[in-house]
Amino acid sequence: MDFEPSDDQRLLVESVTRMLGDTYSFAQRKTYMALPEGYSPAIWSQFAEQGLLGLPFAEEYGGFGGGAQEVMLVMQAFGRVLVLEPYFPTIVLGGTAVNVAGSAEQKQAILPAIAEGSLKLAFAHNERQARYDLTDVVTTAKRNGSGWVLDGSKTIVSHGEAADKIIVSARTGGDRYDEDGITLFLVDATASGVARRGYLSRDDTRAADISLSNVSVSAADVLGEVGKGLPIIQRVIEAGIAATAGETVGAMEAMNEMTLEYSKTRVQFGNPIGSYQVVQHRLADMFMTQEQGRSMAMLATMSIDNPDQAARAHDIALAKVGIGQAGRYVSQSAVQMHGGIGMTEEYAVGHYFRRCMVIERLFGDPAYYLARLAAEVG
Amino acid sequence: MDLRFTPEELAFREEVRTFIRENLPADTRDRMKLGHPPRKEDTVRWQRILNAKGWAALSWPKEWGGPGWTAIQKMIFLEENLMAPAPELLSFNITMLGPVLLQFGTEEQKKRFLPRAANLDDWWCQGFSEPGAGSDLASLKTAAKLDGDHYVVNGQKIWTSTAHNADWCFLLVRTDPNARKRQEGISFLLVDMKTPGITVRPIISIDGSHHLNEVFFDDVKVPVDRRIHAENKGWDVAKYLLGNERTGIARLGKSRERVSSAVSMAREVNFGGKPLIEDPMFRQRVAQLQVDMKALEITQYRVVSAYDKAKGAGKPDPLSSVLKVKGTELLQATSELTVDVAGPYATPIWAQELEAMNEPDELMEASSAGTGGYLMLRAASIYGGTNEIQKNILTKAVLGL
Repeated sequence: MDFEPSDDQRLLVESVTRMLGDTYSFAQRKTYMALPEGYSPAIWSQFAEQGLLGLPFAEEYGGFGGGAQEVMLVMQAFGRVLVLEPYFPTIVLGGTAVNVAGSAEQKQAILPAIAEGSLKLAFAHNERQARYDLTDVVTTAKRNGSGWVLDGSKTIVSHGEAADKIIVSARTGGDRYDEDGITLFLVDATASGVARRGYLSRDDTRAADISLSNVSVSAADVLGEVGKGLPIIQRVIEAGIAATAGETVGAMEAMNEMTLEYSKTRVQFGNPIGSYQVVQHRLADMFMTQEQGRSMAMLATMSIDNPDQAARAHDIALAKVGIGQAGRYVSQSAVQMHGGIGMTEEYAVGHYFRRCMVIERLFGDPAYYLARLAAEVG
Repeated sequence: MDLRFTPEELAFREEVRTFIRENLPADTRDRMKLGHPPRKEDTVRWQRILNAKGWAALSWPKEWGGPGWTAIQKMIFLEENLMAPAPELLSFNITMLGPVLLQFGTEEQKKRFLPRAANLDDWWCQGFSEPGAGSDLASLKTAAKLDGDHYVVNGQKIWTSTAHNADWCFLLVRTDPNARKRQEGISFLLVDMKTPGITVRPIISIDGSHHLNEVFFDDVKVPVDRRIHAENKGWDVAKYLLGNERTGIARLGKSRERVSSAVSMAREVNFGGKPLIEDPMFRQRVAQLQVDMKALEITQYRVVSAYDKAKGAGKPDPLSSVLKVKGTELLQATSELTVDVAGPYATPIWAQELEAMNEPDELMEASSAGTGGYLMLRAASIYGGTNEIQKNILTKAVLGL
């Protein structure tokens, strides 16, 4: 066992932190939010220049050969400043799908383009009726000559409007809830029959509902085996859980630092509120929760490459519950300790609160994963 | 970063597990499986078996009988030992007195006391708390006056665990009542419990057991060469003792053992016409405990692997306060689970009366013993620096408030 980042990892964190320090103050972030894209294309180019967009891809595809740990560390740095750019859907979700299931041609066509910043992905699996159920897919793909025709709709697709290509899950066989018969397709965002309705999500990022009517895709755009999409989706989601666990750790660190600073400067009854033990103990609880959460983020990160599927799913579920509960406790406490100012849109802490709230219910909330763990007891 | 155990660590765990399985006396194991605390003879016998194997003096150097393990190996051993379940090494001897002697003791003191402490030939107890000095330990009043080649000790200690079993006591006394700061007038003495003038009175705790005591000192003579470190420097020794490698304090293996015991019991008891184990609420509660135990396990390994890397050079890691708080919260939550599974069977006290009246009834006996453990573990968030004091430590050390 070894919990220390390597020298390379430390350098990576330093350079990302330095760049974000220059470009991502809370005031600067507001200006990115106000852009038509809802994020800054200029920052996206900087990510490309720094090599962040190809971080987890193999060198032969223009990447840097990093792994889950590097992604966790970068996401942690992103969480500290609440990065708005579509890194998560493009590199983590879409990138994992292509990495896990893509053919050599697909990888060659997609990964280098992502790495240089010219291609963005979205992962469109979730449907309106499914809530957290991964097998609840009713979007259909029907054979049409050598290709396929897609019909259906997907909801709350992170950065769905920004994407150049959308990874869509659809039923090629079986019925709703069947594990078999789900297939992943790479769909051009501008293909005829694709309609995107974008909206602002609670965490200041953009999401979209996507409808597909009579959308033609070629056989070459099937990602992975026909009918065998579910295990790929699971891998994508596990990578997403690990990455957002890292992001939550960064957000918790930022909230705890803000709250500590506030407790030193806010004077009431003649003293800084941080001199009162009731406040100190809440801060101690927030710190302990952050550290327990960090442990869970490490668990998730170091589990996602475990070839034992059951053990991997178990550890991911443990981590997902733990990090979700940790993020909820720290963010609720941070707002409480700030008092009135914590309630305001103009102050940062509420934005961290909302990002943690969104992450907590991404791909299933603690109650959902707790129920899965409960089923294994005994 | 690598969260996996190395093949060597996995092999080590297997070696420990096998050794415990093959060498833990059956009568000790059977009693402890039912949730009873170990008897004095269980603890002595097991520590001697471990010492003969070279596994008792856990963090001591090899020349003093230590096993030469890494901190991670030590954690693996402690976890396996608790999960067995086997008696714990006597912490007064192994994690308190031993490191103190190694750090501050003279050669004579080390030779005299260390081997006997490792083999539990001497049972040690800790004379720190007083009626007026609990969390505020530095306000202690028990006085030691120098008189030629010995001190004369007068005063009272309280909450002295296992003093009635003890051969020796390490004791904090006030040697300079006029010191500028309270902390500066304290000394650290080793006292033979057979010395005239010592009276031990039992305090029965809420689990009905005799674990705690009051200890009275009435003109007790302690030779000067039984003082550790300089006169009036005892607070440094006490701080070292309390801050030294408190990583085992989370006792995670005990929490794991309590959960697995509760889960087995839940197969036997009825809930709405079905075994309790089938109740979704119960299962969810176990799942939540598994989440919390996993987080603590990883935090614990983070702390000890940092300790290994620093070769023990650094100051105590403030994260060890996290281990104390979260570990004891889990000990309490997991023992609470046992009591709730026991349901109505948590009420009878399985003592001589019931034992004499009944046929062997493992469910009843385990329910009663588990309830005793639950009651006794209310102390977990009080001893070793209350959890509130741990939060004060975190506030200062980590948050800088």
